[in-house]
Amino acid sequence: MSIWEYANPKKFITTTTPLVPWLLWGAIAVLGVGLTWGFFFTPDDARQGSTVKIFYLHVPSAMMAINVWAMMLMASVIWLVRRHHVSALAAKAAAPIGVVMTIMALFTGAIWGQPIWGTWWAWDPRLTSFLILFLFYLGYIALWAAIEDPDTAADLTSVLCIVGSVFAILSRYAVNFWNQGLHQPASLSLDKEENVADVFWYPALVCIAGFVLLFLALVLIRTATEIRLRRIRALEMRMRS
Amino acid sequence: MIALLKRDLMLAVRAGGGFGLGLAFFLIVIVLVPFGVGPEAEILARIAPGMLWVAALLAALLSLDRIFALDYEDGSLPLLATSPLPLEGVALVKGIAHWVTTGLPLTLAAPALGFLLNLAPSAYVWLFVSLAFGTPALSMIGAFGAALTVGVKRGGLLMSLLVLPLYVPTLIFGAEAVRRGADGFDASTPMLMLAGITLGCFAVLPFAAAAALRGNLR
Repeated sequence: MSIWEYANPKKFITTTTPLVPWLLWGAIAVLGVGLTWGFFFTPDDARQGSTVKIFYLHVPSAMMAINVWAMMLMASVIWLVRRHHVSALAAKAAAPIGVVMTIMALFTGAIWGQPIWGTWWAWDPRLTSFLILFLFYLGYIALWAAIEDPDTAADLTSVLCIVGSVFAILSRYAVNFWNQGLHQPASLSLDKEENVADVFWYPALVCIAGFVLLFLALVLIRTATEIRLRRIRALEMRMRS
Repeated sequence: MIALLKRDLMLAVRAGGGFGLGLAFFLIVIVLVPFGVGPEAEILARIAPGMLWVAALLAALLSLDRIFALDYEDGSLPLLATSPLPLEGVALVKGIAHWVTTGLPLTLAAPALGFLLNLAPSAYVWLFVSLAFGTPALSMIGAFGAALTVGVKRGGLLMSLLVLPLYVPTLIFGAEAVRRGADGFDASTPMLMLAGITLGCFAVLPFAAAAALRGNLR
């Protein structure tokens, strides 16, 4: 029994299909609880009023935007080392979800920034590095779309993902050097002293858990779809020859 | 390796190689800037470091797709791949050849174009040094991008999308060095970072480019 058994596409689909409804309903339930709790049962912030509540969407989506890339990086390395097709397809499936998370983080940030900072957008290190991350996602997806042969595409996008990770981290610190920030430091960390007050912290944790569940459900669905697409393609090729 | 470098340089310099196009593009972009933002000397002086760097970067981008595309089309790339020289070496040489034909002329021409944008006198040295240190990184990153997209028909636009985000750190440190030079500060910190990026690119990216080429040639 090893984790590599799930690299078999058939085993992957039969194992994950029953999991998906659980994850999906779990995500809906947890997000419902977290967002309701956050939106209606937490006090308004003393200075920011109720605008602070966008935090429950902004922070989880921003975290997921980065974590999705990290997951794609792992999947790419697994593809390059062990050449499991499911792994490459999972990375492909995750990228559009990552794009949506990035857009969501940027968008909610802009909505929040308008009343609080008085501007929709500032060339602040965090904002800028997120924009760059967004461009990396776009390039990654475009490269997948541009190459016909699936194995070549998987190879090239994996290499791009690895190099892109290095440059994304580099850009993150380069941007820091370039301009000092408007964005507050991380709102959540394991180091308790820097955290926001507990009233905001618990619903935020619930929301993050909901986003993780949602991502898992979506990525499993999309990976299964990609596997089936690949099968259809193979069948079509066989019928033609 | 040296033979390959010589061959690439010859091909670039002789007719149809596109040598000098990048330089002309650089000149035109710099000439267009005052038309766009107005000829006030103060404004030009303030944006000159950034504009010079952005224009150099775009000029380098322009000729990237030539790095591997021509060899791919006429079939010499598979020959290079089966030659005793490892593909990593080929990628490295291609990057260097691109730098010699694009980055080096840009570096030499940039101070002259600085006059057009009324660059502060203290910044010329830093402009020259930062371009000399930074453009090799642009060429090497570009060689990686070209290797990724060599099999794609009309991959130029796709390559720009892939390569430009990778250029961000180089651009930031390069332009920052010139800006600090223009303001009369010590610019050695961004210069060191820039040199670090260049060295890192040359150490790592030939391997990534070779991996991409292998994927494309399989």
